[in-house]
Amino acid sequence: MTINLKPSTHLLHALHAHQQQHRFISDQAMIDIAAQFNIPRPQVEAVTEFYSFFHRTPRGRFDILFSNCTSCGDLTLMQMLCEKLHIKTGETRADGLISIGETSCIGMCDHGASALINSMTIRSISKSMIEGMAELIESDTKLSDWPQNWFQVDDHIRKKGLLLSNSFEAGSALKSMAGRSGQDLLNDVTSSALKGRGGAGFSTGLKWQFCHEAEHETRYVICNADEGEPGTFKDRILLNSHADVMFEGMTICGRIIGATQGYLYLRGEYRYMLDALETTLQHRRETGLLGKNILHQGFDFDVHIVVGAGAYICGEESALIESLEGKPGIPRIRPPFPVTSGLWGKPTVVNNVETLVAAASIILHGHHWFTTHGTWQSKGSKLLSVSGDCARAGIYEYAFGISVQQVLDDAGAKNVQAVQIGGPSGRLIGADYFEHLIAFEDLATGGSFMIFNESRDLLAVIRNFTHFFAHESCGFCTPCRVGTTLLKKGLDKICDGHGTAHDLDELNRTAALVSRRSHCGLGMTAPNPIRDALKNFHPLFKQRLLHQEMEPEFNLDAALEEARALRNGN
Amino acid sequence: MPKLRVGTTSLGGCFGCHMSFLDMDERIVDLVQHIEFTRSPINDIKHCEPCDIGLIEGALCNADNVHVLKEFRENCKIIIAVGACAINGGVPAMRNHFSLQECLEEAFLDEIGLDNPQIPSDKELPLLLSKVHPIHEVVKVDYYLPGCPPSADAFVKILTDLLEGKEPSLPKEMLHYD
Amino acid sequence: MSNASNTIKIDGVVIPFKEGQTIMDAALAADIYIPHLCHKPGLSPHGSCKLCTVDVNGRCVSSCTMPATEGQEIDNNTPALNEVRKTITQMLFIEGNHLCPSCEKTGDCTLQAIAYHLGMLDGHFSQFYPRREIDASHTSLVLDRDRCIMCELCVRASREVDGKDVFATSGRGINRHLIVHSPSGKLGDSNIERDDLAAHICPVGAILIKGDAYKVPIGQRTFDLHSVAETNLDKIILTKVRHHDA
Ligand SMILES: Cc1cc2nc3c(=O)[nH]c(=O)nc-3n(C[C@H](O)[C@H](O)[C@H](O)COP(=O)(O)O)c2cc1C
Ligand code: SF4
Ligand code: SF4
Ligand code: SF4
Ligand code: FES
Repeated sequence: MTINLKPSTHLLHALHAHQQQHRFISDQAMIDIAAQFNIPRPQVEAVTEFYSFFHRTPRGRFDILFSNCTSCGDLTLMQMLCEKLHIKTGETRADGLISIGETSCIGMCDHGASALINSMTIRSISKSMIEGMAELIESDTKLSDWPQNWFQVDDHIRKKGLLLSNSFEAGSALKSMAGRSGQDLLNDVTSSALKGRGGAGFSTGLKWQFCHEAEHETRYVICNADEGEPGTFKDRILLNSHADVMFEGMTICGRIIGATQGYLYLRGEYRYMLDALETTLQHRRETGLLGKNILHQGFDFDVHIVVGAGAYICGEESALIESLEGKPGIPRIRPPFPVTSGLWGKPTVVNNVETLVAAASIILHGHHWFTTHGTWQSKGSKLLSVSGDCARAGIYEYAFGISVQQVLDDAGAKNVQAVQIGGPSGRLIGADYFEHLIAFEDLATGGSFMIFNESRDLLAVIRNFTHFFAHESCGFCTPCRVGTTLLKKGLDKICDGHGTAHDLDELNRTAALVSRRSHCGLGMTAPNPIRDALKNFHPLFKQRLLHQEMEPEFNLDAALEEARALRNGN
Repeated sequence: MPKLRVGTTSLGGCFGCHMSFLDMDERIVDLVQHIEFTRSPINDIKHCEPCDIGLIEGALCNADNVHVLKEFRENCKIIIAVGACAINGGVPAMRNHFSLQECLEEAFLDEIGLDNPQIPSDKELPLLLSKVHPIHEVVKVDYYLPGCPPSADAFVKILTDLLEGKEPSLPKEMLHYD
Repeated sequence: MSNASNTIKIDGVVIPFKEGQTIMDAALAADIYIPHLCHKPGLSPHGSCKLCTVDVNGRCVSSCTMPATEGQEIDNNTPALNEVRKTITQMLFIEGNHLCPSCEKTGDCTLQAIAYHLGMLDGHFSQFYPRREIDASHTSLVLDRDRCIMCELCVRASREVDGKDVFATSGRGINRHLIVHSPSGKLGDSNIERDDLAAHICPVGAILIKGDAYKVPIGQRTFDLHSVAETNLDKIILTKVRHHDA
């Protein structure tokens, strides 16, 4: 049997289309797709096995992935649905109707428990919705006939600042470039002291300058919309309501560095926004804001959208580039950095969505508009995605320099035990830290702000984050591949009440090694929740230990259970 | 100088390490000037008394192994894991790829040529652990003597170091896992 | 551009480097051993095993991928770094299924030799005991994934030297594994041949030549006679294994 595929330009898209139609990627499909793309079959196999939304065994006609994030996940709801439909997680029901599994944070943290169903986002799942879902599934009702408000995602903007309060007319920043030289424009970006909003905080002006200076005829602009850090959903709002500004930021970058092609790398979890984004692009083409000789300013630029397929690591810029090239998202060796050797080996700028939105606004309003806000090392504003235990989850835009406590008050958070700043890869802080400020020089953040009140089992939260990293490690380098699994096992043992002081010591030692010796940012930050918790919440661990001796503990009864059962069964 | 009291045992092992120990030939005559064996298969004493050094061969495969090991740990000042099985599970741990049920069925039910196949269930038989474990996962181990088996020279070296009150160590050329 | 003033300092020893060399290249050329598993001179650097981790002016870097640059002060052979490397070696042992006494490669295995060099006495962590596929379909080769450490030397040797692309890696995280480029995914069905570099380059006992197992008796194998820290060893190992098959 050969499978006829719709022509498609990207391997990830071809695999997605096939998965949607056939519910899995068969061996034959891999051979056919390899032939279609003229690449070796192992590359297709490697990509299929790398991204968690692709499967080599059939999934159900309804394939549901519940988020297991501490903010947008509730696995008790998943269990409920499993029971109603008589199915175990990870399995496909014999009649092929349904399969249910887990997935990492899907960026719906302001909407409560959420899931992906056939890659569409279904949010704010309640117990009564589970009843309804079970019925709709059993009756094989098409998704288009499901209550459409279940799929309605809102922006939840709670506080507007510099960027969000600005009304932006499509094309206005581009028009303002008329008559200005590239260098002049670059100076504006550099003088604004804009730093990357994706986490690392590198100077945007410098990045563009390096890329511009790198010798090559071809350059690329990539907008990083992978937004995989649990608890982060601010790019979602920008993509939904400010896409024109973002595309304009990409176009400006293209003009400045001398690139004619841009890519928007959209995380697979945000596929529901794809049509609207394509429409925006099309509209921009039709109005001369993209394409040849944009606004008669003598430069060309266009944007393609590539959609990911469930891999947090693809937010790391060099892994993202690998993914764009149709490969597994494995971070590259650095140096060289993308600004000198990026997509297809060409100089490439990779910027976060928010960075590009800010850059477009800076070009429109001038750098003074920007630098009058923020702190001395952190100019401008930051969008925070606030979620967890608070009255008003959503997007808060502040000038840099706001205190954690102020954010907590604005969001209506009470009896707060801890805040995770910047997501699991960021910092876990307790009340003694709440007067610290959101700024690069104090508490840096990509935007995730997760609140945990006194009723939370913080160890369970840390365990969740530690499992997340073990699941998302790409597996390239030894410290992270093996280390994240060791951390997961070690923490599980302690959480389950079988750990001793010896195990805690081991955890600490392994965590330090993984942080220091891993290949990329994922491994370097994966132990952060454990390390911060050991530092700031040490009693939590101590209480859970079996004893304080530096001795291992062996649960003999548990180890004999199987043999006892076998003997009694005889 | 009082003699060092040494106990030895083979848990889930093949006695190869003990054989290798005896392979030191006449050097054992010198050694017994300074050490005395308490519980050991060498003299067939069944219970461990308080002693200085416990040499443990073999992995933990059943409940009995765990009890014996714990008795050694309680009675010995120093526990030395001897050989691949004690250190990382060795050959017995090859069953860890399979469930206990699979192992028992393969050995006692499915094997060709079995007369009246059945899984043994005599109450006298110690219960098997669901997985085989190296000994450091159950007790604190003070020193490791790798090798499958460790050479007689390695035994002599470690015991001599201890007799001389030194931190025992193997020179690099004596370090072998095979 | 290469000039005499290009120098770096490793453990206090000043050594020269040429433009374009990595720290590892410069060290090996100066007879300084930095432990390494996924690196082999002549193949493009990979940077995955992290055994070659060194501290350059206080920062952790992989010496096999980091370009040497003027003024680098490098810690290499320090007790602390060797402890780190020992732990990484232990990670490699326990994530796979390494049972040296029953392995054909024992004595010729670089992983084992590095473990000896670092004084590793046990695996330290609880073993993972993964179930992995063995592929004995090829007439003269065996692929035993139980011992594969994901160094991708075979991948690079096949691509860069043999010009064949027989191997690739697949899966994610702890499930990463080696796959074979052939219609059935089996080695017997691929175009690898016994004389290919990829058939010989495996530093561990994951790719083995059938029938060669005990040609050299245990006790007289490479690392029974040499220490892994001898810097001209890469050649010896390769010529030796290639020589067996000639
Ligand atoms: C594991 C990992 C995940 C990342 N995920 C994202 C992401 O989802 N979005 C993002 O913009 N940057 C992410 N980054 C940071 C990018 O590598 C890169 O620094 C950023 O996109 C640069 O853009 P900026 O300078 O505008 O911040 C991630 C980094 C790592 C190490
Ligand atoms: S640190 Fe983790 S995610 Fe990064 S390269 Fe290593 S294994 Fe992959
Ligand atoms: S590959 Fe090396 S380390 Fe692994 S079992 Fe064989 S000899 Fe031992
Ligand atoms: S088979 Fe050998 S050479 Fe290939 S990746 Fe595995 S360990 Fe490395
Ligand atoms: S030798 Fe450098 S990372 Fe493997």
